[in-house]
Amino acid sequence: MKVVLNGEERDVPDRSSVADAVALAGAPAAERGVAAAVEGEVVPRAEWEDRVLSEGEAVEVVHAIQGG
Amino acid sequence: MPSRADSGEATRSWALGGREWTSRLIVGTGGFRSLEQLERSLEAAGAEIVTVALRRVDPQAQGSLTDVIDRLGLFTLPNTAGCYTARDAVRTANLAREAFETDWVKLEVIGDDRTLLPDAAELLVAAEALVADGFTVLPYTNDDPILARRLEEAGCAAVMPLGSPIGSGAGIRNPYNVRIIVEQATVPVILDAGIGTASDAALAMELGCDGVLLASAVSRAADPQLMARAMRSAVEAGFAARTAGRIPRRLHAQASTPDEGLPELG
Repeated sequence: MKVVLNGEERDVPDRSSVADAVALAGAPAAERGVAAAVEGEVVPRAEWEDRVLSEGEAVEVVHAIQGG
Repeated sequence: MPSRADSGEATRSWALGGREWTSRLIVGTGGFRSLEQLERSLEAAGAEIVTVALRRVDPQAQGSLTDVIDRLGLFTLPNTAGCYTARDAVRTANLAREAFETDWVKLEVIGDDRTLLPDAAELLVAAEALVADGFTVLPYTNDDPILARRLEEAGCAAVMPLGSPIGSGAGIRNPYNVRIIVEQATVPVILDAGIGTASDAALAMELGCDGVLLASAVSRAADPQLMARAMRSAVEAGFAARTAGRIPRRLHAQASTPDEGLPELG
């Protein structure tokens, strides 16, 4: 199925989770300072494995960068 | 009156967001040419609190900002830089809360990308929403005493008026407004944005601010590490000078040497 990961359409296996999307985005799983949102709603880290993505959903995976 | 010079007055601790801090210099991590330079500068600044931004994960990114911050044992203050609406800022704050397991947020809601000045209306809406949601909100605001008061009434943990636009290095353009903000505030006032050099930071403290937040003045200096050291000294000096009580400004001279006992040499 297709999801939109950080603004880019990506093919992922059916029933992929938020945790899968975070890994696909390139974020080290253990890194502090990573957060994910699906369709604009924050998904707590503890729910990454259980939150299954649906066709066409938009996932944002963010981390800390240098900023004022 | 006994002097407070030897009692550590220049580095007396202060409270922000229900915690005690020693350093009054908060450093933004933006604009440094490398993480190594950032790390050396943060050490030189003696900062305890540093700001970071949140952006999409870049798999090509080199090194880890959070590793630097953790190595130095600093407190991470996420910001909402790049947000133009209250809605975006609230969402970004919620992402930051999840990413850093902190309720603290430096709230920025920008009006346009040419001035980077705060959008007062959106800022207040966002501040109210985030306070209601349990955040410790530190808003980057205009040097407007009325808006500062409204933000304080909304429950913000501090108010952070700009000295001049972000990254402009133009210093404190309206020291009178900053004084009024300080005079009326019952929460800490942190001068945020516009600092260009050490004298600007010292002035902020002399005007009564509780702290200074800066980034570009250090990160874009020719020698960031040295400028970080200068800013640390300036903040401490400005705070100590304010506490010491300056002499009044006079139009005419006032001799510091007595006339009595002057020998007749003519």
